[in-house]
Amino acid sequence: MTNLLEIKNLSVVISEDKRVLVNDVSFEIKPGEAVGVVGESGSGKTLSALSILGLLARGLKIESGEIRFKGADLLKSSAEDLRSIRGKEIAMIYQDPMTALNPVMKIGEQLQEVLDSHQHQITDQKTHILNGLAAVGIADPNRAFDSYPHEFSGGMRQRVMIAMSLLLSPELLIADEPTTALDVTIQRQILALVAKERKRRNMSMLWITHDLGVVANLVDRVIVMYAGRVVETGTVDEIFKAPKHPYTAGLLASLPAAGRDRERLESIPGVPPKPWQVLNTCAFAPRCKEARDICSSHRPELTSNESSSVACFFPLGVKQ
Amino acid sequence: MKTSTGRRDWVHYYFKSTSGVIGLFLVLVMVILSIVSALNLAPIDPLEQNPIDALQGPSGTYWFGTDQFGRDIFSRSIDGMSRSLSVALLSVGLAAVVGVFLGVVGGFFGGWLDNLVVRASDVIFAFPAILLALAIVNSLGNSWIDTSIAIAIVYTPIFIRVARGPVLTVKEMDYVKSVRVLGFSTPRILIRHVMPNVLAPIVVQIALSLSWAILTESGLSFLGLGTQPPDASLGLMVSEAQALASFAWWTLAFPSLFITVVVVGLNLVGDGLRDALDPARRSSG
Repeated sequence: MTNLLEIKNLSVVISEDKRVLVNDVSFEIKPGEAVGVVGESGSGKTLSALSILGLLARGLKIESGEIRFKGADLLKSSAEDLRSIRGKEIAMIYQDPMTALNPVMKIGEQLQEVLDSHQHQITDQKTHILNGLAAVGIADPNRAFDSYPHEFSGGMRQRVMIAMSLLLSPELLIADEPTTALDVTIQRQILALVAKERKRRNMSMLWITHDLGVVANLVDRVIVMYAGRVVETGTVDEIFKAPKHPYTAGLLASLPAAGRDRERLESIPGVPPKPWQVLNTCAFAPRCKEARDICSSHRPELTSNESSSVACFFPLGVKQ
Repeated sequence: MKTSTGRRDWVHYYFKSTSGVIGLFLVLVMVILSIVSALNLAPIDPLEQNPIDALQGPSGTYWFGTDQFGRDIFSRSIDGMSRSLSVALLSVGLAAVVGVFLGVVGGFFGGWLDNLVVRASDVIFAFPAILLALAIVNSLGNSWIDTSIAIAIVYTPIFIRVARGPVLTVKEMDYVKSVRVLGFSTPRILIRHVMPNVLAPIVVQIALSLSWAILTESGLSFLGLGTQPPDASLGLMVSEAQALASFAWWTLAFPSLFITVVVVGLNLVGDGLRDALDPARRSSG
């Protein structure tokens, strides 16, 4: 099966001083597949996603690598080609739904804008928009169409954002922690909604989060990033049942579980280093319980083993 | 209870403010008088001299009295008002269009263009407005269009600032980022998503600038630049009346009153608009 999206050896640097933020990241997404990218703040997960859309902030640039979407290298595409891909073939939903809608424009108009800015063959546009709003669980689409964003709660706004992203049936949906700003019950509903819509449309998805718990029931495969590099990849089962990288294991141990009353939550001691501070060592070595001498003198390569891969000299659960 | 729906109902809020309604009334009166004059419907030709009736006080024939050449001060005042308003509209129109364009584009794109725009407007800001206008009128000429251009140049930096500041805030808002992610073109983002969110201070600035422009035009005419005799201009009339005011008060009082009324009116309109367009300032109820 050919890949829908293929990222090869992507490196993102600060243009001014060449400090590396994303280092040699590769992964791929197959059609219809959902991939979760997990990592702490600053691990490079959001930058990787923004690179796909060609929307890195000023001052950052892609130093090397390839991003192939349906075979075409996005890094070599013109600005206009990229623009027509954004929103139509690759859509993204954002972290903070409270500020992600234009406050002076009615919701219906904002959805209409999405249709207006892309070429498409949708004839009955208003019906299409109302159906889109209904599909994300908005009870009264007609009223929502004529409402302003401030009349909606955070959860409702995130639903509107999702409706906007899905309006032109993208093949890939990138979600950058879209549930972080919502309370837990709403978070559940949104996750269920996205999962349902993904299945219905057979859409690929890249879900970025710092919360392993969120992706457990949502994605097929997980990519764990640490200090700008991929440290482990694997299917959800592999990652959750038999994590190989000590960092992944640490993340799992720090998940709060219902019913584990009065037990202290595990945490990983120390803070992650800045990606550019890591030279040729394992970035996680200073915080790692399993670290030995070689970890702080050599860098472990990402080595694949069937469906999974890990960048560690002493992967857990493997006999040395 | 239905909550307010965005900014569409700002008209409703505007008419709730007493000062805004009074201001609008004053401005409308002046605008109507100007139109009357522009259509040559003034009771007496503003240029017609009647030496026999020179320096007469207000009467049934000459409502505001006459000047030293026996010209009707009422007709000359409304003629001057229409000239002042034309200059104000043209100059503020030019300044707003150019200033808002440069401010929005500079603020949105940043970089050297923004630097250039900001530095250039700082240079203009460094001069006192009337002095700069004087210098420009001097080098351009005396027609009302030249005067307007001079005033436009002086007021452009204000619009650059008023437009640029909010754009810097708005362009970092998630909703602008998210429409980029949705693949909207840059012109569409600017016109449909950035502009409406920075419009309120610009509208207020236009109302206030109109009143300043009228003052500047009067000032220029008072100083002998701008409108030239025998054409009527409020500033010029005040200037000519200086020598006469001690024994013919009406020659000074009525043109001054017109300037005051229109300037106060426009300021009140500006205040009313500011209150109506800024949800935080709206009184409850």
